[in-house]
Amino acid sequence: MIPELGHFSLIIALFLAMSLGVLSILGAQRNSRTLMGVARPLAYGMFVFVALAFGVLAHAFLSNDFSVLYVAQHSNSQLPGQYRFAAIWGGHEGSLLLWALLLSVWAASVATFSRHLPEEMVARVLGVMGLIEAGFLLFMLLTSNPFTRLLPAAADGADLNPLLQDPGLVIHPPMLYMGYVGFSVAYAFAISALLGGKLDATWARWSRPWTTVAWVFMTIGIALGSGWAYYELGWGGWWFWDPVENASFMPWLLGTALIHSLAVTEKRGAFKSWTVLLAIGAFSLSLLGTFLVRSGVLTSVHSFASDPKRGIFILGFLVLVVGASLLLFAWRAPKVGLGGKFDMLSRESLLLSNNVLLSVASASVFVGTLYPLFMDALGYGKLSVGAPYFQAVFVPLMVPMVFMMGLGPLARWKKMAAPDLVSRVKWGFAGALAVALLLPLAMGKFLSLESNKWSPLIALGLLMSFWIIASVVISFRQRMAGEGDLAQKLRRQSLSYYGMQFAHLGIAVFIIGVTMVKGYETERDVRMNVGDTLAAGGYEFRFNGVSQVPGPNYVSGMGSVTVSRNGRLVTELHPEKRVYNVSGMPLTEASIQPGLFRDLYVSLGEPIPESDGAWAVRIYIKPFVDWIWAGCLMMALGGVLAISDRRYRIHNKAVIRAGNDAAVGNLQGQTS
Amino acid sequence: MKPRQKRLVYIVVALAAVGVAVALVLNALKDNVSLYFTPTQVYNREAPIDRSFRIGGLVEAGSMKREGDGLTVHFVITDLKKSLPVVYKGILPDLFKEGKGVVAQGKMEADGVMHASEVLAKHDENYMPPEAADALKKAKSVQ
Repeated sequence: MIPELGHFSLIIALFLAMSLGVLSILGAQRNSRTLMGVARPLAYGMFVFVALAFGVLAHAFLSNDFSVLYVAQHSNSQLPGQYRFAAIWGGHEGSLLLWALLLSVWAASVATFSRHLPEEMVARVLGVMGLIEAGFLLFMLLTSNPFTRLLPAAADGADLNPLLQDPGLVIHPPMLYMGYVGFSVAYAFAISALLGGKLDATWARWSRPWTTVAWVFMTIGIALGSGWAYYELGWGGWWFWDPVENASFMPWLLGTALIHSLAVTEKRGAFKSWTVLLAIGAFSLSLLGTFLVRSGVLTSVHSFASDPKRGIFILGFLVLVVGASLLLFAWRAPKVGLGGKFDMLSRESLLLSNNVLLSVASASVFVGTLYPLFMDALGYGKLSVGAPYFQAVFVPLMVPMVFMMGLGPLARWKKMAAPDLVSRVKWGFAGALAVALLLPLAMGKFLSLESNKWSPLIALGLLMSFWIIASVVISFRQRMAGEGDLAQKLRRQSLSYYGMQFAHLGIAVFIIGVTMVKGYETERDVRMNVGDTLAAGGYEFRFNGVSQVPGPNYVSGMGSVTVSRNGRLVTELHPEKRVYNVSGMPLTEASIQPGLFRDLYVSLGEPIPESDGAWAVRIYIKPFVDWIWAGCLMMALGGVLAISDRRYRIHNKAVIRAGNDAAVGNLQGQTS
Repeated sequence: MKPRQKRLVYIVVALAAVGVAVALVLNALKDNVSLYFTPTQVYNREAPIDRSFRIGGLVEAGSMKREGDGLTVHFVITDLKKSLPVVYKGILPDLFKEGKGVVAQGKMEADGVMHASEVLAKHDENYMPPEAADALKKAKSVQ
């Protein structure tokens, strides 16, 4: 009976979402207070019923109700509790329900935190979100109902894919989805602005914090996924250019462009059409990501058993959303106007160039990801595009981007004289260049490698990160210059300024991580007998054999590897090879000793037959690898700092009444 | 600069940027696309000789042999009509098993053996790589 309650809630939520979409948008167009007034209650109602459905599914998982088909497919009575909960989004139907739930969470938050927005704006934004939610609920009810019964009920479930039985999976999908779905808010704001025909600085200011929050979630979600791949897939990579990773990376790139473009629209009134286009693009790519991952057209950990009906529905939905938005854009954009003028060298032009580079990078990932699909669909046969493609395209695009990223915050709005900019940065750049060229010469000793390794790519990577660091320092020195108390001057800087610089430093930290891992990692795949030792990177690894250890729902072959340095014990690592009881599926569990400057990474390959307990073992030393995720975390924290800025909490109506030009004028004073 | 000239400069710069990006993409695609073939196609000499490609099928039962170093593995990929010997040095994925689906990427060498640089198996028990499924389907239809 309870599962039917969940099904019923979804149907009610669908009706609420449809009414929300139709009534509130109609109300805003006709300027009817009554109709616009229903937007908030309907948004809350939608949230309550989707949450109810989610709660019902959670109950079915936690109480092992194997009469529900979806539960029987993705859970098992032996499965530990936290993974039974995470199994809700371990398959297609449940992850859609999570999508729908998060979208209704965003809608309810918009309804709550929009008291200072004009009524018709709120109605339109919520209306657009209602329509999207209606699309997803319809999709679930027609093709992928998570509450379908299994008659007769299964005695026990088929178990969750062991790869997904991991703490990382408990949080990775919700974080990533918060990001994906969060871009719907930016999209809804853009569409409302187009519908209302009023695209101004205030619009950008309202939609900015929402977009940044979505971007923060997405950054964390992607970083978690990458970290999960690093320790769970057992071969030490942190990014594979897998189509599903790309599916989340494309909207992230466009979202990054969007938050910068919104900054310009808010402060200078420029780039309006471009910002709207980016908002549409970022959300469309989020939908495309959902399509790629959920339709089963791609081979990946993430693709679930496919059903062509589903793929066609999402594709149709995607075409409808993108098509309708672009039509609206083409119809309304000429009204929007171009906004403020700026010179060829100015902060605007630097930001615009970076926007273009980020969009082009996103497009190149798009081409590489979808090329095989198109070729296959056109009957040219199956093919695959490898990781080298992405590296070959991505790196050349990111180098100028990072260079301009350093210049941007130092340049003035509107107009900047080139000699002035050069004189501001020349010493910083020279310093970064000198350090980048010389530092690799000392790296061999620092990382205990056999020789110093100098390569142009390593030097380039270091140059990029030191250049960013130098530009942040220069910017701080400029702001601290002159008379006065240092502490007071520090306090006077806005939180969004700190946020920006912190996020930029995050990129520098990230690039250091990538450069060092790529440049100096040690990877050895070796056969080791019990008692064998291997010397690598100044460490000695001793293999002590593998013994059987039972786990909660698996049996583990647990290896023991002692690591020592100069005869002193550093640590003992326990890589595992698990075999899960229910599915019989083997899984490699790497053992890692993390460190600030290097990770020691050991994983078991396979037992060597006809030997005396020998195994194929992977022994990796990954210098600075944790800096990759630390960098991502810094970017996310930067975003959090930026949205904590005081000006987003000003709730007085004055700002709204002041309108476009005045707001631009006020802000100019604050930010130059 | 006059506004018209300025606009011209913007357009030229934008076109140049797009041109460079397209050149980058095309160049990278040319070198990094690997085509996929079935064992039957390889037998019919449809596969390229000197560049890397992918092959899909099943690991033939009883074909797996290991060399003394414990890391070099020989096995045979089959679509149940024709088969192709493969050699790979490295650690195989968890779900690599005789009789199960597999995709290998590598080059044909003069000895008629594919030297694989990468071996992919499916991600879970119920899931066959589409390339491997496709190979079996094709081989079956050509009775």
